[in-house]
Amino acid sequence: MTVLLEVENLTVDIPLAAGDLHAVRGVDFTIKKGETLGIVGESGCGKSITSFAIMGLLPQSAIRKAQRLAFSGQELADLTQEQLSDIRGNKMSMIFQEPMTSLNPSYTIGEQLIETLLRHRKVNRKKAVERAVFLLEKVGITAASSRLKQYPHQLSGGLRQRVMIAMGLMCGPDLIIADEPTTALDVTIQAQILSLLAEIQNEFQMGQILITHDLGVIASVAHRVAVMYAGQFVEIGSVTEIFEAPMHPYTQGLLACIPIPGKTKRGSFLGSIPGKVPTLIGDQTGCSFANRCTYAKEACLLKDVDMVSLGPGHSYRCVLSSEICHQNAREAACT
Amino acid sequence: MLIYTLKRVLLALLVALTVSILTFGLLHLSSDPAVALAGEDATEEDIQLVRVQYGFDKPLPVQYMTWLTNALQGDLGTSYYFGIPVSTLLAQRLPVTLTLGSCALIYAILFAVPLGVLAAMRPNTWLDRFCLSLAVSAQAMPSFWFGLMLIVVFCLWFPLLPVSGSDTWKHFIMPTIVLGTNAMPAIMRLTRTGMMDVLATDYIRTARAKGLRPNTVLLKHALRNAVIPVIAVIGIQAGYMMGGTVIIETIFALNGMGLLAYESIMYFDLACMEAVVLLLCLVFITTTFVADILNAWLDPRIRIR
Ligand SMILES: Nc1ncnc2c1ncn2[C@@H]1O[C@H](COP(=O)(O)OP(=O)(O)OP(=O)(O)O)[C@@H](O)[C@H]1O
Ligand code: SF4
Ligand SMILES: [Mg+2]
Repeated sequence: MTVLLEVENLTVDIPLAAGDLHAVRGVDFTIKKGETLGIVGESGCGKSITSFAIMGLLPQSAIRKAQRLAFSGQELADLTQEQLSDIRGNKMSMIFQEPMTSLNPSYTIGEQLIETLLRHRKVNRKKAVERAVFLLEKVGITAASSRLKQYPHQLSGGLRQRVMIAMGLMCGPDLIIADEPTTALDVTIQAQILSLLAEIQNEFQMGQILITHDLGVIASVAHRVAVMYAGQFVEIGSVTEIFEAPMHPYTQGLLACIPIPGKTKRGSFLGSIPGKVPTLIGDQTGCSFANRCTYAKEACLLKDVDMVSLGPGHSYRCVLSSEICHQNAREAACT
Repeated sequence: MLIYTLKRVLLALLVALTVSILTFGLLHLSSDPAVALAGEDATEEDIQLVRVQYGFDKPLPVQYMTWLTNALQGDLGTSYYFGIPVSTLLAQRLPVTLTLGSCALIYAILFAVPLGVLAAMRPNTWLDRFCLSLAVSAQAMPSFWFGLMLIVVFCLWFPLLPVSGSDTWKHFIMPTIVLGTNAMPAIMRLTRTGMMDVLATDYIRTARAKGLRPNTVLLKHALRNAVIPVIAVIGIQAGYMMGGTVIIETIFALNGMGLLAYESIMYFDLACMEAVVLLLCLVFITTTFVADILNAWLDPRIRIR
């Protein structure tokens, strides 16, 4: 399968009055065509900032650095603003965490849908409207053509998020980033939207980054999972690896009761781990999970912990050996 | 939209009626018009005569009703000082002031909105600070002083423009600048904050995520939302301008409503005063009404519930 997105040592710093906020601290991953990478992690660990960094939508003050940040083999940092905007909304698109405020209140749904297509393709308005209707129906909106004339404030949050999904699909992107697409929505609608996304991703064979708190969804939808903590990936691997053999103490904590792919119900959320996330402002050495980790020892704080590879695709960021991690996992798992 | 417009029209009419009652009442109560009219060495009988002749002896509500019925038929009485019907007087003076007002407003918008947008796009840069200092100086400058300075520069040092009168378009240049400059700071600062707020919204991020070009994002998605609060302020500024014309028309001897207001107060020309105050209020009501309608047209959340 062709590699769609390559991210190597991505960092994002946001200068603040109190010092630099290291929102993303060395993230690596790749996404292939048709593959879904799930990203899980507590609030504020840098999931959205990672997505914005890829899309080039960071706040103006933020500083992005990366060894490699390439889309379809093209290094994104080398592109001009114009070239970048040619890709955005076209080859890669994003669905945001905030469906209520992500649509422009002054324009109709229709206008906002078709302008994406008109920007990137040489089609007339009529064709664009047809495409919009087709996609609105695809995302489960009834009476699509009359919806086109409505304004965002006339739609519920669930409908708005469906519109956002349709908007992201207008140009048939290769990569779609869904940043907690359902957190702002009712529980009943959450499941619908997520299965819709999975269906569409499968049908169009897109690459997908799915950020969610819902481990059940990750288990049933994602191919690979990254666990993020304080701006870093602390573990990444296939769904089976992460769920059946979690290595990192943080991952193990999240999966306090390990769900089994296919069997775990949707709506089972991250386990809660006592303690607080360390501040991301300023420089710290050592493992950033140390203050909450039951296995923490002196060695953990001596120097920054590197990723340990366990084979193709599965790695974790901890000083403990894999045997010990395995044993910890067995002990932590509830039966 | 139709219902909204109708509601606004009704509201505007109500406000106009209230204003007319207040103007009439206050002016009639503030002093005895018969005394002023009869002149300085008038005897008590003379005054009484005037009072009866002009109907000032009747109760105030009756006087008001008479005045209102006449006014609605276009008869605003006769000016004591100018000796011609007030309506004729207004027909001569109003166009001058309306021209001045609209020129000043257009001038103010043309400068303030783009500068506000530029400042918002580059907050806290030299450009932003430059715009801010412009706004502060414009706000701090009293119009009469600014007007006199312009006269010194463009009439005395470089005799390019006529000092006073309202015969040609050249006569309108300086008054327009003075009046418009006064309205600029408020419009500019509001455009700046409005634009900055909008640029930080999620839907602007969406617009950029769609790959829209910077100009499309700025003009189509941001500006339209940013000007909504600005329009309301422009409406109010336009009203304030009507008041400002009193000073400016006096400085430049522009033969408009402002000057007429000044003259009619100086000579206690009651019929004229009433008409001028009422008309200025009507202009104010109209501008806010237009601003309301424009807002509703721009913002579907107002238009469609
Ligand atoms: N514009 C900003 N200015 C300053 N700090 C920011 C900004 N945006 C995000 N941050 C900080 O960056 C860190 C990462 O934020 P991010 O939004 O990526 O978290 P997240 O993982 O998406 O959380 P959530 O699950 O709540 O969406 C947080 O500590 C946050 O406070
Ligand atoms: S490095 Fe140490 S503190 Fe960090 S997760 Fe591993 S054992 Fe815990
Ligand atoms: Mg987020």
